[in-house]
Amino acid sequence: MPTPLVVSEVAKSFTMHLRDGIRLPVMSNVTFSVKSGECVVLGGPSGIGKSSLLKMVYGNYAVDTGQILVDHDGKLLDLATADPRTILSVRRATLGYVSQFLRTVPRVAAVDVVAEPLTARGVDAAEAKATAEAMLARLNLPRELWQLPPATFSGGEQQRVNIARGFITDHRILLLDEPTASLDAKNRAVVVGMIEEKKAAGVALLGIFHDEDVREKVADRIVDVSAFSPRKAAA
Amino acid sequence: MTDMPLLKVRDISKFYGARIGCKNVSFDLWPGEVLAIVGESGSGKTTLLNCLATRLMPSSGSVEYRMRDGEMRELSRMSEAERRFLMRTDWGFVHQNPADGLRMAVSAGANVGERLMAVGERHYGNIRETAGSWLGRVEISVDRIDDQPRDFSGGMRQRLQIARNLVTSPRLIFMDEPTGGLDVSVQARLLDLLRGLVQDLGLSAIIVTHDLAVARLLSHRMMVMKDGLVIEQGLTDRVLDDPREAYTQLLVSSILQV
Repeated sequence: MPTPLVVSEVAKSFTMHLRDGIRLPVMSNVTFSVKSGECVVLGGPSGIGKSSLLKMVYGNYAVDTGQILVDHDGKLLDLATADPRTILSVRRATLGYVSQFLRTVPRVAAVDVVAEPLTARGVDAAEAKATAEAMLARLNLPRELWQLPPATFSGGEQQRVNIARGFITDHRILLLDEPTASLDAKNRAVVVGMIEEKKAAGVALLGIFHDEDVREKVADRIVDVSAFSPRKAAA
Repeated sequence: MTDMPLLKVRDISKFYGARIGCKNVSFDLWPGEVLAIVGESGSGKTTLLNCLATRLMPSSGSVEYRMRDGEMRELSRMSEAERRFLMRTDWGFVHQNPADGLRMAVSAGANVGERLMAVGERHYGNIRETAGSWLGRVEISVDRIDDQPRDFSGGMRQRLQIARNLVTSPRLIFMDEPTGGLDVSVQARLLDLLRGLVQDLGLSAIIVTHDLAVARLLSHRMMVMKDGLVIEQGLTDRVLDDPREAYTQLLVSSILQV
């Protein structure tokens, strides 16, 4: 089984210059990997750094040391040291991310927000839009919202737009930051089904799920983040 | 072509007497890439932009540009005529104040058409038609084509300036605070428009702004300047979400949340 994501001996700290330059160690010796078709769930109490770890893997947070190896078009790349242009191309083609909150762009309709990752990869606009509409329908987002910018949507509606956007491509690696947090039972079940399909298609998934029910259904393995945290003694 | 940089900037410095405008700035800009230069007033970002766009002569350093034929040319070795031709055709420059980039006393259509004539278009009907279609793309009603920009609102003037710059299908656009001085609703419309155009046309752009939200929305990569020096650079969301330098942390933590 191929292993498209390998995190090896990663360490991260924040230096807070506005508070006399104190250095906050966040994580050290982070080592794990995710295989194709596997869903690895990050475990541990809140505040232990699960979201930070996902952001490090996505290149959104810099790391101090260690490697984040990603199989991108058959080439192994280290995201910990890659230049911005490489990270963007990895995000476009290989590494997807469903964040906890949708960052809305003014005036862009929900359906176009969802279709964008496809058009960015050169898919024909009409085809991308049709796929986006199918995703939104599956996630039960009311049709009358599709043409509206999501800024005024409820939390659950925004999250479904976010999920549709994240799941629309065939990225080989998908990072999920609490994708079901503000969803009702019916839509949680839809998302669980979508995760199962990704696994069957050989996608490597790395996620955070506070909902135990969802976690039990999708997780193949739990990686305990408190083992990497300097606060593990306290936790 | 896409695996070669469009612009190569090496050790650009500009001194005003003993005072530093900008110092030792180096970077590559790639086709389709949008770079934001941020920093507060006086940090040297506009000086740097003007050095890159040949509006100012740098004190030292080099800027090379990949011409349409693939040849890399050093800008300071070009003749004045060549540089002006580049500015009028392959490049665009969007000023903060539209009055600096428009001719206020000629019609909107002529403002757009003038750049077309600079690339050799002579047919009046074609020029008018292209100008009209560009007004449409920047959401200015075509029935305003014969009006002068001094009768336009600030937001409309700024959109007209953008149309004037993009009509010749440039490959590189320089923008100096393109949304400065506009109402927020007008800003949002302009940002959305710019984002769409940059994406659709595969433009490279260098945007100077003090507004981090503008940088986040439009740019792939960001450089933070302070006292003429680039103190931090990288992927836009990395710099904004995990700023490393004291000054960048101060900038990011000073944003008002809505």
